[in-house]
Amino acid sequence: MRVLIPKSKPSKGAVGKTGLWRTSKPVVNHDKCIKCVICWAFCPETTIFRFQDNSVDIDYEYCKGCGVCANECPVNAIEMVED
Amino acid sequence: MSIIEEKKGVSNVKVVTANEAVALAVKCAKVDVVGAYPISPQTSIMEYLTKYIETENLSMEIVRVESEHSAMAVAMGAASVGARAFTATASQGLLYMAEMVYWVGGSRLPVVMAITSRAMGAPWILGNEHTDVLLPREWGWMVLFPEHNQEVFDTIIQAYRIADKTLIPVVVGLDGFILSHTTMPISIPDQSVIDSFIPKDVPKPYALNTSNPFTHGNAVHSNVYLEFRYDIFRTIEESEDLVDQVDKEWEKLTGRSYGGVIEEYLLDDAEVAIVVIGASSGDAKQAAKNVREKYGIKAGVIRLRSIRPFPVKRLSQIASKLKAIGVFDRNMSPGLGGMIATEVKFALYDLKDKPIVQSYIGGLGGKDVRIVDFEKIFTELKEIVDGRIGVQRVRWVGLDLAAVDSYFEEV
Amino acid sequence: MTSIKQLPYEEYFLAGNGSCPGCGLTIGLRNVLKALGKEVYMVVPASCSSVVQSPFPNSSATVPLLNTPFAASAAAASGMVRALKVMGRDSVVMVWAGDGGTFDIGLATVSGAAERNEDLLYICYDNEAYMNTGGHRSSATPLGTFTGTTPTGKRENKKNIPLIMAAHGIPYVATASIAFITDLYDKILKAKDMKGFRYIQIFSPCTPGWLLPTEKSVESAKLAVQTGMYPLFEIENGIFKISAPSKAYLKKEKRKPLTDYFKLQGRFKHLKEEDIKLIEKWVDEISEEYASMDGKKVV
Ligand SMILES: Cc1ncc(C[n+]2csc(CCOP(=O)(O)OP(=O)(O)O)c2C)c(N)n1
Ligand code: SF4
Ligand code: SF4
Ligand code: SF4
Ligand SMILES: [Mg+2]
Repeated sequence: MRVLIPKSKPSKGAVGKTGLWRTSKPVVNHDKCIKCVICWAFCPETTIFRFQDNSVDIDYEYCKGCGVCANECPVNAIEMVED
Repeated sequence: MSIIEEKKGVSNVKVVTANEAVALAVKCAKVDVVGAYPISPQTSIMEYLTKYIETENLSMEIVRVESEHSAMAVAMGAASVGARAFTATASQGLLYMAEMVYWVGGSRLPVVMAITSRAMGAPWILGNEHTDVLLPREWGWMVLFPEHNQEVFDTIIQAYRIADKTLIPVVVGLDGFILSHTTMPISIPDQSVIDSFIPKDVPKPYALNTSNPFTHGNAVHSNVYLEFRYDIFRTIEESEDLVDQVDKEWEKLTGRSYGGVIEEYLLDDAEVAIVVIGASSGDAKQAAKNVREKYGIKAGVIRLRSIRPFPVKRLSQIASKLKAIGVFDRNMSPGLGGMIATEVKFALYDLKDKPIVQSYIGGLGGKDVRIVDFEKIFTELKEIVDGRIGVQRVRWVGLDLAAVDSYFEEV
Repeated sequence: MTSIKQLPYEEYFLAGNGSCPGCGLTIGLRNVLKALGKEVYMVVPASCSSVVQSPFPNSSATVPLLNTPFAASAAAASGMVRALKVMGRDSVVMVWAGDGGTFDIGLATVSGAAERNEDLLYICYDNEAYMNTGGHRSSATPLGTFTGTTPTGKRENKKNIPLIMAAHGIPYVATASIAFITDLYDKILKAKDMKGFRYIQIFSPCTPGWLLPTEKSVESAKLAVQTGMYPLFEIENGIFKISAPSKAYLKKEKRKPLTDYFKLQGRFKHLKEEDIKLIEKWVDEISEEYASMDGKKVV
């Protein structure tokens, strides 16, 4: 007898490319950025890359464009622009 | 003790109730985690288990939860990480637990649950009835129903073997009070026999673990849910042979077997037969013998040991040689018939030479059903075969219509 | 105390999951998992988290996750904890449940597991309503709030579950907020290494359910603390301690006006002057009570 069971495996983009949900996108102004990584810590989506030097960048494939990062940035280094 | 038992070095005979037989089997199965909540007539199973744990230093964990819903949740949580899990309940407890029972069926986790059958309210009622045990047959569980205390012990062990193999959880039903509170001698095989029959130290690819993480039971789109259900259907359907095979393998080790999915009694030349489950099978068998002697009726008994898988194959083989079958249901599907009778009819409908099937309902809430009642069923079946009376949708056993008129108030 | 920069790089909850933009629970979950690492089993009852984790055959969780019926999570986690103990595996078992699964339908189960002092970490992310069903009142919904089943505003105050949990005599109870992420992180770290039943309740805004602009979820959570709507505290071995982010706001004169908090959210739009007075009374009372408990053994 064949015994089969369902298993759900961890995968990025489990519901697809959520970047497509976005209506506006966050753009980091690296000149303004003070590398505090606040945006990274609060991103609900895990879509801010944090690098070793604490600079940050956006993973546009999955960023849902909520704007939390821009709202929380203490120096307004992130701007939400029409996508 | 049989010669085989002696040969296998089995010597441990104990006189126990069926509830204690369940508890002993759970101990011998080296169950890891038990979810425990009391309800009559199941409670003493948990009392025995607690006693074993506290006095024999077992490594079993018993979680004394706050409800049956949680008792099954405990079993599920334990089974989900690969532990051997057990719980037991009855009646109202099963109904309260229902959501979890269905969930565990869908989860494909090898949990074993004993249900000591008991009728359900309203009104409050303690007596035996099989409706509760039969409910999980629609919930993705296998349902086995042994006849006596020795078979109860053996069936719990067999249930783990079947559950581990198929990843379908198994209910073992036993007659409340009639078995649960009645002592009989049982023989307990060597621990090594049980260990080899249901080994624990085997790969468990279904179990959650942190080294190879996956998610269990998350949402599924409706385009594959049907396939989830199909796979449960298919696995249970295909298990008819497995239940037979497991029973035969058990026989090789212990000398005991019970016919697999069906115990056949005096069926070789039978013309009429009663389908029955559980402890009253003994009375049905006695009645078959009696009517053979008294009236020359060629009577036999089909004791269903397995309700899920429903033994469609074996039942069809048996039934094609019979003229009439009376299905005795200690349960009911209101307004329709006995639950097992409806399934027997479904299973036999496509047979070319199918027997007449008469549904009988009786014994609800613990009402007495005696040998003479089964004798009467046999004589009625014979009359049906001879065309002297007709088939009714249901024939009631022991129904007191006068009581209906005298106690109930018209509104 | 951990600083934001000290939060680990590792992610255990993946991008491209099923949450709404700005969802508070995912901010919480992400950081909770950072504190717990990979030796953790997650147990999740019916809730938004059933959806957020994404559907079969995928999952956004990279730790083993067991889904359970709505009321069952604390009991399923109990079974898991006991099984891991028997099998000699040493991992944390964490329940991740909503307020409905904790305050309402699951309360008997949570209470049972707490009374048995099961060795598990129970986290309730509190978005103050049944969000999975589309936003319906729970006993965590504050007075006056609009939900689908309280269209003219809820008539009752929020149930004080943290104190009820503390009354079980469990070793650790805490409230936390997704806006104070390092405070949350440290509470999880502390609870992780404790034994017995640990209860942490995390304030987690829900953007559609609160009729809240998606970018405002962290801001509104911060205001909930600053207005005294959601005091943060710990009860460790019976001793009550106001957490640093709430310290300043126990005094009425220091608190921001409630309207600062309410005006961001559509669920409070209909509130009238007298409704706000009633809510303020509740905030005043609870703040005073907590101020008087601070530093004391309360259970
Ligand atoms: C027994 C049962 N009743 C009702 C539901 C429907 N249901 C699913 S989730 C949910 C509400 C969950 O609320 P909460 O626990 O606060 O989590 P949230 O959705 O807010 O994240 C309800 C009522 C269910 N799944 N099971
Ligand atoms: S817009 Fe939202 S999802 Fe996108 S990076 Fe910023 S916080 Fe993350
Ligand atoms: S919050 Fe602003 S300043 Fe801080 S790292 Fe992000 S972009 Fe840079
Ligand atoms: S409804 Fe609310 S809690 Fe649920 S996923 Fe959306 S934002 Fe998160
Ligand atoms: Mg909620």
